[in-house]
Amino acid sequence: MAENSRTSDVSQPKQPPKQEPVVVFDNVSIAFDLKPVLNNISFTVARGETRIILGPAGGGKSVLMKLVNGLLRPDSGKILVFGEEITSMRERDLFQLRARIGMVFQESALFDSLSVEDNVAYRLHEEHVPEDEAHVRVVEALRFVELEQAIQKFPSELSGGMRRRVSIARAIISRPDLILYDSPTGGLDPITSTTIIELVMKQRDVSHTTSLMITHRLQDSFTLAMNHFNPDTGKMEPIPGGGVDETTKFLVLNEGKVVFDGTTHELVTSTDPWLRDYLS
Amino acid sequence: MPFVSPDDFAKQKIAAIQDYSILSWQAISAIFSRPRYWADIYTQMDSIGVGSMPIVVLTGFFTGCVLALQSATSLKAFGAVSMTGNLVALSMVKELGPVLTGLMVSGRNASGMASEIGSMRVTEQIDAMRALGTDPVRKLVTPRLYATIFMLFFLTIVADAVGIAGGALVSVALLGLNASSYFNNSYRALEYADIVQGLTKPLFSAFIIATVGCYFGMSTKGGTQGVGRSTTQAVVVSSVFIIIVDFIVSRAMIGIFGR
Repeated sequence: MAENSRTSDVSQPKQPPKQEPVVVFDNVSIAFDLKPVLNNISFTVARGETRIILGPAGGGKSVLMKLVNGLLRPDSGKILVFGEEITSMRERDLFQLRARIGMVFQESALFDSLSVEDNVAYRLHEEHVPEDEAHVRVVEALRFVELEQAIQKFPSELSGGMRRRVSIARAIISRPDLILYDSPTGGLDPITSTTIIELVMKQRDVSHTTSLMITHRLQDSFTLAMNHFNPDTGKMEPIPGGGVDETTKFLVLNEGKVVFDGTTHELVTSTDPWLRDYLS
Repeated sequence: MPFVSPDDFAKQKIAAIQDYSILSWQAISAIFSRPRYWADIYTQMDSIGVGSMPIVVLTGFFTGCVLALQSATSLKAFGAVSMTGNLVALSMVKELGPVLTGLMVSGRNASGMASEIGSMRVTEQIDAMRALGTDPVRKLVTPRLYATIFMLFFLTIVADAVGIAGGALVSVALLGLNASSYFNNSYRALEYADIVQGLTKPLFSAFIIATVGCYFGMSTKGGTQGVGRSTTQAVVVSSVFIIIVDFIVSRAMIGIFGR
């Protein structure tokens, strides 16, 4: 366990003004081995917004997600997160910024050698939160993802869907201001996928956390856009009158470029031939 | 395997040396600032030090045995079988103890470090660690580096001791030498410079084992096949480096102490 940490900086985060976007990409480009992956990408994510990122495999969606968290640095362009430019930020300062960001990885990325409890409490242990308080918060986070019974298990004993839920619990335990979901339903069966989408929706509608979510499943993205979570019944329900959630927006990438940036309504009424083909 | 042009090959190697140097520097300097992961350092000391004890004891003991057996044949020609203790002690303390311990620990731990960290790399656990606000070099590399340096020093002392004991067993049981005379000769043969030389080498070997193992682990690409490749490279590179650095340190020590 760390001898000391950055809790003082983490507990008192600098809050951007309400109107300031949480994430800003300004002409961001990145290439690997001279092969461009993202090419002049620009978009913004407002506070409280859920941004669904769609696009064919290999289009640079996961790279974009890692750029938001500072895990990769762009070759050119600017990225602002919570109003701070992260492209030139030192790694040490990025660790403080990441304390406000939760991330769910494509393959969960749980630590194999740690139990579910230690995985979920990882950040709390790093911040020297007392053990009793950490346990209470772990139970609370696992209750949110309906996995309290798995607290003593190890990742190898869990199914793919359960691992994804533990990963969500680990991401939300520090009550982040921004959550990044990298294909949270990838490789899961439809029923488990719906459970995960319900959790994303619950986080959106109960905690109103800003989030970015990559998905390959159009069905999941439209479920998220056209339903809301009812805290009374504990289930998701269609928005009355065939409405859509106004805070949920779409970003579609293809071959490293933004081909669509807008609302659900704009997406379904788009006349762009490639987009219509992709959505069909 | 695709053909790589000579200048691309040179650039790749220089970039690798640069990355290795940066990783080594970050790992060394991390201990001088917070947070420090003491629990991980103790865990690694147990894993690397205590865990390597059986192979180090067995290797050291039988090296001492065979050294006594082989040297006695040559010494017999000069009527100097009684000098077996001198030869075993000097060889073990100055050369074979440090080098063989380094190679054995490299085979066991450089591979372990490369495969463990490499698996974490390909399953995005390293990225997850960074995303959770932890510096992976500080958390994974620094504890392994300092634990290896600390424990290899003592493992070398153990290897030297059991090697001399193995030599004694063969000398007494098979060559018919007097135990007291063997130990007395061994003790008299060793000088301060020999001990310093023998105990300086493991510090360099440990640095090589930990940094090379962790470097290949951290730079793993390409799934499980990549983990296997990193593991093999870590053992090969660290073993070769240990022998090269052993030569350089020996020459430097002879230059300093005159023996």
